[in-house]
Amino acid sequence: MIQADLSVILPEIFLAVYAMAALLFAVYTGKDKLAKPLVYATALVMVVLAIYVGSSSTGTTEAFGGMFVNDAFARFAKVVILLSGAIVMVMGEDYMHRRGMLRFEYPILIALASVGMMMMVSAGDLMSLYMGLELQSLALYVVAAMRRDSVKSTEAGLKYFVLGALSSGLLLYGASLVYGFAGTTKFAGIITVAQHGEVSVGLLIGLVLLISGLAFKVSAVPFHMWTPDVYEGAPTPVTAFFATAPKVAAMGLFARVMHDAFGHAVSDWSQVIALLAVASMFLGAVAAIGQRDIKRLMAYSSIAHMGYALIGLAAGTEFGVEAMLVYMAIYVTMNIGTFAFILMMERDGKPITDINALNQFSKKEPGKALAMLVLLFSLAGVPPMLGFFGKFYVLRAAVDANMTWLAVAGVVASVIGAFYYLRIVFYMYFGKDGEEMQSRGSMLLNGLLAASAIAMVAGTFTTLGIENAAASAAATLVH
Amino acid sequence: MIGIEHYLTVAATLFVIGIFGLFLNRKNVIILLMSIELMLLAVNINLVAFSSFLGDLVGQVFTLFVLTVAAAEAAIGLAILVCFFRNRGTIAVEDINVMKG
Repeated sequence: MIQADLSVILPEIFLAVYAMAALLFAVYTGKDKLAKPLVYATALVMVVLAIYVGSSSTGTTEAFGGMFVNDAFARFAKVVILLSGAIVMVMGEDYMHRRGMLRFEYPILIALASVGMMMMVSAGDLMSLYMGLELQSLALYVVAAMRRDSVKSTEAGLKYFVLGALSSGLLLYGASLVYGFAGTTKFAGIITVAQHGEVSVGLLIGLVLLISGLAFKVSAVPFHMWTPDVYEGAPTPVTAFFATAPKVAAMGLFARVMHDAFGHAVSDWSQVIALLAVASMFLGAVAAIGQRDIKRLMAYSSIAHMGYALIGLAAGTEFGVEAMLVYMAIYVTMNIGTFAFILMMERDGKPITDINALNQFSKKEPGKALAMLVLLFSLAGVPPMLGFFGKFYVLRAAVDANMTWLAVAGVVASVIGAFYYLRIVFYMYFGKDGEEMQSRGSMLLNGLLAASAIAMVAGTFTTLGIENAAASAAATLVH
Repeated sequence: MIGIEHYLTVAATLFVIGIFGLFLNRKNVIILLMSIELMLLAVNINLVAFSSFLGDLVGQVFTLFVLTVAAAEAAIGLAILVCFFRNRGTIAVEDINVMKG
């Protein structure tokens, strides 16, 4: 019996054991000298696990009495999480190494955070949800404060910690109320209690508190306050990580709780999530206009993108979940390319994040400027690029679910949001002469930037081939 | 007769005190950590009360997990705070303002 359970969570156990073994090994031998090989070893382990998870079992299996669920939805999210985590970690290695902040704890913490994220998307119980979420959050608090000698980095870590702990508290209070009023912590048990039109007030309050805690983790307005500061303060490779894998995991967890535990009471939560989505899209679009720091700008951009992904969830349908998964996969691909570009921005060996430095960039590096142009158009959702199709999917899900007003709001917000993406393009091509910036890129960064930009154009015809996988993933989740 | 609603009221009160402690506190970050701890303990009271009321052990198991995580959380919070103090030389909440958000 226990053997069957263990085989279901084999990838998580493997990654956790690997992280602990690597920690012990590094502490007793080379310490920071081992940081570089450890980054690559961890990335390799994560890629191998992604292939294993993606190709192994089919169908739905449960372990530990339903606490841990391995279904197509979890597998889809895990593949995205592991691959993006591995890519982003390798991407930032050179940047961290040259600035002397590459410590051996970094890859280990990323691996542990990934274990937490895998637990999150597979949670079938409020307890496993909480443990996964905390494992991920605790690792990320430390990673944000990775640069111990920098005021900004430690301040980012502290802010993230305090607000993250507050959100965990809200989520937990919600979980305790749900437990009390549903009589069980299992999602499979909660869904039989939470039926349309007969959800008790206590359960409803618990649900709202759960949503608040989860909204915090996906940085949806009004729970977004930490995002710009943490993005700006954390070292750029860490910011790149924050913008990719944890967002997918949090979004996956959100969909999992809403559909697995409250799937028969869609009308009770879809309006709340629709409100979060609208607020996120508009705040993300408007607040980014005044930003001069590209990391802060990307923070508001990610808030807006989370708003779009939440539209898919708010629709409350199977197609909505599919649209959300497609959107998240596209979002991660775009962000990897954009952050590869941001990692290259520097002047005299010092990293810069001011967008004024991009003036006339296309004269110096036409190829990189073109790739960035494609990515920014895609982020803005300009039609020929893949980003447009992501938006199209979620908006169609909203229209299909009779929430046309939500789709209209999404279109309006994306028009406002296009302004600040296109302004960067304007600076690169038509900006005035100013202080120049160098763009020092390794083969890897250049390759990722190019690959991501090519995917944005090529994906127009194929949607990266993820459509079917996302559809079958959504089918296992929605009841 | 003390019923479940009394326990829930105490827990809700503690939880709200914790949240207010986070938002109204202008003095120092240690008080923030205490407020967070207060919130988690309020949750524990809730869980144990429900567990006893429902005659179901799961709530108490949940409580043990929450206690463990709360300890780890406090440890990490203090570690980050120590790093912050070394850089800034202060732990007043008003001084966490290098970045404006």
